Amino acid sequence: MGLLARRNLFHDRVRFAVTLTGIVFALVLIIIQFGLFLGFTTTTSNNIDHSNADLWVVFHGVGYFDTGRNFSERKFYQVLSTPGVEHAEKYMQAFARWKRHDGRVENVQVIGFHPGSGLGEPWNVVQGSVADLTQEDSVIVDELYRDKLGVEKIGDRIEIGEHRARVVGFTRGIRSFTTSPFVYAKFKNSLDYTNPTSQEDDTAYVLVKAAAGVKPEELQARLRGRLTDVDVYTAAEFSRKTRFYWMFTTGAGLAVLTAALMGLIVGVAVVAQTIYAATMDHIREYGTLKAMGATNGYLYRVLIEQAVWSALLGYGLAMIVAHFIVRASEKGGAVILMPWSMSAGLFFLAIVMCIAAALVSINKVTRIDPAMVFRG
Amino acid sequence: MPANGQLSGSKVIRAKGLSKIYREGATELRALQEVDLEVRTGELTLLMGPSGSGKTTLLSILGCILRASDGKLEVLGEDVSALPERELPRIRREAIGFVFQGFNLFPTLTAAENVALALDVRGLRGARAKQRAEELLDEVGLTQKAHSFPADLSGGQKQRVAIARALAGDPPILLADEPTAALDSTSGRTVIELLQRLARADGRAVVMVTHDPRVLSFGDRIIHLEDGRIVREEAGVTKAMEASSFLKVLPAEPAMSHEFSI
Repeated sequence: MGLLARRNLFHDRVRFAVTLTGIVFALVLIIIQFGLFLGFTTTTSNNIDHSNADLWVVFHGVGYFDTGRNFSERKFYQVLSTPGVEHAEKYMQAFARWKRHDGRVENVQVIGFHPGSGLGEPWNVVQGSVADLTQEDSVIVDELYRDKLGVEKIGDRIEIGEHRARVVGFTRGIRSFTTSPFVYAKFKNSLDYTNPTSQEDDTAYVLVKAAAGVKPEELQARLRGRLTDVDVYTAAEFSRKTRFYWMFTTGAGLAVLTAALMGLIVGVAVVAQTIYAATMDHIREYGTLKAMGATNGYLYRVLIEQAVWSALLGYGLAMIVAHFIVRASEKGGAVILMPWSMSAGLFFLAIVMCIAAALVSINKVTRIDPAMVFRG
Repeated sequence: MPANGQLSGSKVIRAKGLSKIYREGATELRALQEVDLEVRTGELTLLMGPSGSGKTTLLSILGCILRASDGKLEVLGEDVSALPERELPRIRREAIGFVFQGFNLFPTLTAAENVALALDVRGLRGARAKQRAEELLDEVGLTQKAHSFPADLSGGQKQRVAIARALAGDPPILLADEPTAALDSTSGRTVIELLQRLARADGRAVVMVTHDPRVLSFGDRIIHLEDGRIVREEAGVTKAMEASSFLKVLPAEPAMSHEFSI
């Protein structure tokens, strides 16, 4: 049974190559689309997920990270005076105009925080350090955006919101889901860059760390009871809301998920077509097997084994191709993530996809009349 | 050596009033009409008749591949007509081997693997299946071709592999559909001699549909069909010779050729 399955599958090498190409194409398409989806999702909320804060206090009605609205510093002090709060910091997010050395202007998202506070700081700093941001008019940007922002090295000077600034460090892999790169600065400077007329007592967010032994949800309820005109979210909630907004409210996520689904459908169609064609080529043999007394179950196992072999080999090749694509994406603007759980999920998806594709052939051999063997 | 424990002369197939009607819309084709037949081990039975006479339909019904529209069929004493469809593969595995005009070998498998596949269908796998496949190929004189693919075999060799495959379940019944039609005279003779040996020496019941006049002298019984009915049965040459010498002793015996009664 196994031998027949393998021989029938590998006998026509051209057809088998077409089958494998179809499977690899479908799986790589799915990997890219799901990987992009994961990459986008992670990117949209990465500042929240790396903030080290338990709670985020936001202007009432602000549903996601990139549209922070300023509110009074008094809320910050109310937070600080709430029992169960170990630590709180003001945090700024706002768009600004970045003027390059050559005069070109780019939009950026300025993130203001208190260096050394441990809340809301940039991560993966590969050149310079967060502590360098205590210097006046200093910023840290990601190395992915060197070209876009027109900076090459530490010490390069630019203007943000008509204020002079100097690059003191670079991060690696902090992407922005919008086309505006993140620019990290100390809180006071971020106010200058984003709204020169604002007062220092404004903030877009307050990041809160709960005291040891205090559950974030418990503190969240307490803060909600004390604060007005603001919303209080756990970091996980705010991250989820931000991801949901970008992925589903804007339709960006649906677009990539639809493409992933298309990959799946194309894969099933290609594999079904090739397995069906192979089955039809060997239909008389299946009829002979039936005449010899083989049960339908026996024939199903032959077809399913062919499908599983196709899936295993297709999956292996797809993983190799995907590995190179994922590596290449790390240097691009949109990262493709492929965590082990996705690789494992795709393994089962490949098996299910190929077995589903074999169902058409299974249906065909079920209907074979063994009397066909006596017809010329 | 009796096949599958059957004694020579045992009635392994009993058919009574077999009819087969094919319907297509309002059209009705009576392929078989009230055929009575008994098939015994140790005999090579030839089914002859013009095209459309119902030979292959009868063979398909006897082989439990096709259901009769009416009548009763017993195989090894089991009433097949009363069995549900899902039981028929078991009957085929346990009781019947098939040999086809076009060989129907699996082109991607070697001769030994083709035979081993028939053993696999019957649940015999691994080293035992390999050994048994080699034994069966030896029985048909193809030991040296065990590892050849069908494409590298002559027509006669392919048919002998097909016969080895048909013997995989050690069936008491072998059903052959024009097994010599695609073969030259030498290969055809080898194949019919092999089938005759399997009937007479091994004690199997061999039923063979044929148009080939060259094989007439090998049959123990020759059954003629026309329009879906058995119109005549006669003893083969060998049986007739045995009978004629018997007639010298018992001159009052009736003639061997007779119509309709089996």
